[in-house]
This record gives sequence, structure tokens and C-alpha cells, in this order.
Amino acid sequence: MTVVTGIQPISAGRRVKDRAVQALVYLAFAIAVVPLVSVLWLVIRNGLKRFDIEFLTHSMRNIGARDAGGGAYHAIIGTLEQVLLASLIAVPIGLLTAIYLVEYGNGGRLSRIVSFFVDVMTGVPSVVSGLFILAFWILALGMPFSGFAGALALSILMMPTVVRSAEEMLRLVPNELREASYALGVPKWRSIVKVVLPTAFTGIVTGVMLAVARVAGETAPLLLVVFSTDSINNDPFNGPQMGLPLYVFDQASRPNDTAIDRAWAGALTLILIIMLLNLVARLISWWRSPAKRG
Amino acid sequence: MAKQIEVSDLDAYYGSHKAIEGISMTIEPRSVTAFIGPSGCGKSTFLRTLNRMHEVIPGARVEGKVRLEDQDLYGPSVDPVSVRRTIGMVFQRPNPFPTMSIFDNVAAGLKLNGRFSKSQLEGVVEESLKGANLWNEVKTRLNKPGAGLSGGQQQRLCIARAIAVRPQVLLMDEPCSALDPISTLAIEDLISELKQEFTIVIVTHNMQQAARVSEKTAFFNLAAQGQPGKLIEMDETSKIFTNPTQKATEDYITGRFG
Repeated sequence: MTVVTGIQPISAGRRVKDRAVQALVYLAFAIAVVPLVSVLWLVIRNGLKRFDIEFLTHSMRNIGARDAGGGAYHAIIGTLEQVLLASLIAVPIGLLTAIYLVEYGNGGRLSRIVSFFVDVMTGVPSVVSGLFILAFWILALGMPFSGFAGALALSILMMPTVVRSAEEMLRLVPNELREASYALGVPKWRSIVKVVLPTAFTGIVTGVMLAVARVAGETAPLLLVVFSTDSINNDPFNGPQMGLPLYVFDQASRPNDTAIDRAWAGALTLILIIMLLNLVARLISWWRSPAKRG
Repeated sequence: MAKQIEVSDLDAYYGSHKAIEGISMTIEPRSVTAFIGPSGCGKSTFLRTLNRMHEVIPGARVEGKVRLEDQDLYGPSVDPVSVRRTIGMVFQRPNPFPTMSIFDNVAAGLKLNGRFSKSQLEGVVEESLKGANLWNEVKTRLNKPGAGLSGGQQQRLCIARAIAVRPQVLLMDEPCSALDPISTLAIEDLISELKQEFTIVIVTHNMQQAARVSEKTAFFNLAAQGQPGKLIEMDETSKIFTNPTQKATEDYITGRFG
């Protein structure tokens, strides 16, 4: 029996394994990137044809079935308003829920129940949330089809994402900071507002942006409770309103090329809006982060 | 300003586990009291019961009495927040608020508790940083983040933050265990200056440190793992380190166990 002594070179077997795993990882990465790049490429190439000032500043009012021209201004307004309203509803509720779960729940019965239902909500298909608002808000309460009804449906979809990501971020805040704050004689709620939330701020903004990105592209609830229109409707509380996903859906189902081009341009606009929002969120968190002052 | 603390027959629990049992002691004002003892004997737990930080941990509770002069800190109408405002604390690991500048860190206790004018805050911040021997090192960069300082500076920043709210007692939980010898020396010097104004209680694993900085030393020990920690002996520091009454104390300080 030979006893291995001293420092050995890496054996051939381990070298081979190392190379093989490395190759697999690169391959997996490439496979993951292919759809991303191809989607971006297709949307940009096809979308640029109609992505012009007219597209961004005009609605589809008085544009005939075969006419070129027209635009998505009404849909952009609608999407921005609906997503903003949905965020105004979902972010405060989601954030407060996360604060309850992390800071006050202590794993008690209520916090376990809340946590369970947040998980359930994560799995709710968007069409179901749209149907719920249709049944509850429009049919039972008799409210009109409106951008706000769409925002309600979207906020249901946003809430679990906001809760989960904010919860993760709040849990990452070291307990030492809470204790340091308590030890200064700062009440718990103030410690949360002034120490815990600012520390988790960047992560929470990222989570909110993910939620916004998720709902901005939802079509089904809009189809059910907002309805579509070719005209500009600036009032999200009254009457049908267009949204970008709906616009893409509507234009893509028309038989002529001018409409198909508009659909691509609409998709490109949606992607750009979400990218822009992300950029703004990045800027906000960069501006709030202590590193900048360092 | 400094006040005496009197503890009588205090037990502390984590859930159903009794961590310390039957502790009674008197902590003198304007002096340094050191707690020594092996790991897990309940020194830190006991320290945290003195400003009601123990109960912050879910399931933790305390039985017994802690009196600050003539006030029972665990009385039914006592607000734990005001107790912590009166009895400050410095932790083992420096924990400046990462989102705040050096200035805001020191001013945090005041800013988070009420409204102060900028000039008032500036006065307190300068005074506290001078009190913590940090002023000269940071006076040109008060707007930089506190997390950018070295470990020793961060710990002195935390001390400045704790003394900025003018507490009557300052509890220190192994404040030097994460620091190099030079920073440790700076903090020990600081402790002997601070005791002119504050009552100081310090937990330390470093017996030389206890001998250097404290007037009184309390030795804690536990009978066995899982048993509650107890106060074995408390006396003048010089007596504890030269001529302790208890055999266990002598064994511990001479390094025969622990």
C-alpha cells in the first residue's frame, strides 16, 4: 500500500471534471441568453419600423382598418396611469405587510396565516384576478369599466411580489442595527422607519420594480375590466382605457401589415417604458445610498 | 448625573431556559464595574437586563428587581424606551447605521427622539465626538458615511452615539473584543475619562482589561452547561485579582479553567 505524502499536483481526473463542469456552466448560460437576445432582437428590429414621433403622440382614433399611421399614445397613457394606480395601492399594503411579518409577527399564528396567503396569491393567474375584479367591482358594485378597475386587478398581482421581496430585504437588515437603535432609546416604530427601512431601501425599490415590470405586461385583466378603445382617455376612473399589452394584442390580431408593425412598435415601447422605470429606480437607490457620499 | 444601580434576586429566561439566576449586586455611580466569567455564563444577558434590552429577544423575560436610585426599572408603569434612553449601551461589534453619515450617526439618538436645531445638534455632535476621542480624526469628514471608518474608529463612533443622548449609565458589552491593541488602548483611556461622568458597566473576556479599567469586578460562572449562570463573587478589583474569597474565582483568574 502506498502512502500519499507531501503536496500533490491536481490529478488528471479532477482536471477533466473541472473542465467538463465549466463547459456545462457556459453552455447553460448560453442557452439561457439565447431567448433573451432573440426576443430583444426581434422586437427591436420589427418595432423600429413604426417607432416614431407620430406613434408616440397619436392615438388610433379615426384610423381606418387598412390605414398606415396612428399610434399608441392612448395606450401609453393608460399603461402609465394603471400601473401607477396599481403601485399606489399595492406598494403601501405590501410594504406594511412585510413590516408586520418581519418586525412584529415573530412567527405567530397570524403571521403564518398571512405568509401562507401571500404564497397562495403568488400563484393566482392574472386572468383570475381580472375575473375577481369583474365580478366584485363591476358586476356586484356596478362600477364602470375603467383604468382604475384594471389597476385594482393589477394590484392584486403586484402585492405578493412586493411582500415577498420587501420581506427578504427587511430580514437582511442586521439585528444589531435594530438593537443599536433601541439602545439609544428610540421607540420600535421609529427604529423601523428611520433605521430599518432606509437600510433596506435599495432592495425594496428593486423588488417594487420587479413587481411593476410583472404587471405592466399583463393583458388578461385589462381585457376583462378595462376594455379597449382607440381614443385617448386621460381619466382612469371613467370609461374604457387602452393599455400597451392590450394594444399589442389588438393590433397583432388584425390582418394587415400596418397593424402588425404597430403591434411590434407597441411591444418595443412597453419594453422601453419598463427599462426606463428600472433606470429611474436605479438612480433613486444610487442617490439614496451612502456609498455616493463616501 | 450618574446613578447607582441596585439589582436584587434577578432571574432571566430565554423561553423556558433559565439563563441567569438569583443575581443581586450594587453598581456604584461614577465608577467602572467589570463583569468577567467564562463564555455562556450569562454576563451579557445580565448586562442586557440592566437596560431592558433582554426582552427585545422574542420569548425572553426577566424576574426580579433592578433599581436605578429609587426607581424600579421593571415597574408596571415604566416605559422600556425611556429606560434605554437613561441607560445607554455599546455593543460587541461596532454597529454604526450604514445609511447615515458620521454626523448623523452621532446625532441619531437626538434626531430620532425629537426636534433639535442644527446648531444644537452640531454642539452635541462635537462634544460627543470629543468625548469619544474621535473628533480630531473625523472633524473634516463629518458628512462621510460612518461605515467607512476603521473598526476602532467605528466603535468610538458608537460610543459617541451612545453618550450623545446623555445617559446616566453606560453599558459596554465586550467593546474591545473586535479591536486591535491600539484601538483597545484608546477605548480603555476613554472609559477612564468617561467614568467621571457616567456609571460604567463593562463585560470583558480580557482579565487584564478588567484589572486595568475597573474599580469593582464581578465574577460569573455556571455550574454546568445548560445550568443557569450565577454571580459567584463581586468585590474590589484589586481584591478579586489578588485575593479572591471563592476558589472558583481564583481558578478562573489564574487560568486553571475557562
